[in-house]
Amino acid sequence: MSKKTLATVWLDGCSGCHMSLLDMDERLIELLSNSFDLVYSPLVDVKIFPAHVDVTLIEGAISNEEDLHKIKLVRERTHTLVSLGDCAVTANVPSMRNSFTVNELLERVSAGNPLRQPADVPLLCAQAVPVHRHVSVDVYVPGCPPSADTIHFVLSELASGRSPDVSELTRFGA
Amino acid sequence: MCARGRRSAEACMRVVTLTINGHDVSGRDDETVLDVSRAHEIEIPTLCQLDGISAWGGCRLCLVEIEGKPKLQPACTTVVSEDMVILTESAKLKSYRKMIIEMLFTEGNHICSVCVSNGNCELQHMAQSLGVDHVRLPYLYPKREVDATHERFVFDGNRCILCTRCVRVCDEVEGAHTWDIQGRGINSKLITDLGTPWGESTSCTSCGKCVEACPTGALFEKGKGAGEMTKEPQFLSYLAEMKKAKESE
Repeated sequence: MSKKTLATVWLDGCSGCHMSLLDMDERLIELLSNSFDLVYSPLVDVKIFPAHVDVTLIEGAISNEEDLHKIKLVRERTHTLVSLGDCAVTANVPSMRNSFTVNELLERVSAGNPLRQPADVPLLCAQAVPVHRHVSVDVYVPGCPPSADTIHFVLSELASGRSPDVSELTRFGA
Repeated sequence: MCARGRRSAEACMRVVTLTINGHDVSGRDDETVLDVSRAHEIEIPTLCQLDGISAWGGCRLCLVEIEGKPKLQPACTTVVSEDMVILTESAKLKSYRKMIIEMLFTEGNHICSVCVSNGNCELQHMAQSLGVDHVRLPYLYPKREVDATHERFVFDGNRCILCTRCVRVCDEVEGAHTWDIQGRGINSKLITDLGTPWGESTSCTSCGKCVEACPTGALFEKGKGAGEMTKEPQFLSYLAEMKKAKESE
């Protein structure tokens, strides 16, 4: 069986989902030996998202203009897009700012100084939203973070060409 | 006294036979579809229903199909009758139930991962059991208040699904009627007394029944961290039974 290509992307999340991915331990080696080539990820030194990827795992909500640009590019170049974890699926903790305006947020963090959106970081969107508000998503894996067992199940199913049903394994907040 | 001359009202109840999911079942003619289903181990999902307090029919999760009725009916407030033909599971009901759960998530600010009731929440469990793995509608992110003025308890409006279990248990079991709903529709919100902070309420007895009755993390004990709040609403039906027995003495 030829290997599929796998990418992982880290948007507005805490990296906990990537930690959970690493928690697969030796099963990660097995998956990467038998089923997947990891072609793009914060865990490998590749700067440009490849032209075609079979499976991409997205951690994090869409919160700023760079996230938005990235997710559109990733969607175009990915066959099976997986929202991995509550931030990607529901916008989770990043969405707690959504009852306030961006200006109100900046006011709070600037502590009385003149308001400033730093020039060298991407502009915040008005709200942090789930990935599927902007692009179509093929598989949803809730959890904060989804367990290593859940991620292993998802990747094993996708490697075998099946669509994983995670309803028994994980839930919002798991 | 009933027509048949018996003394107790209960003795006048008739037994009716009906069909639920293709099975012939029987129940008393004062029982609801939910009562009869549960007596026959047929599970119907509910959120606003709680044993020991009156039925409300507000959450609409227990909607069932009844032959001859054009609209879906809530099982918790629909009384059974002879020859009823009921479906409690169908593709249509499942899709409606999923949609209801999704709408509940969009109407509040439910962040399971940081909630005191994470792992012990009826909304969260219901989402999982109905296969809600994401919410298709846009979230509304309403501005809701947190009332932490009470000495022992907190009300977090972000997590309230307006099931009114607290309102009913406070009124019907405790007899205080501290809680009520203010406003209408999407602007509805839970209030104590006439909108005064909970800590200043003169009617609240601090009994904590509302906290135990609450299906989510909207009402919780002070000092509980994420996932630490567990609730024991089972004793409420016992209290209600005792109260009823005392009143009929």
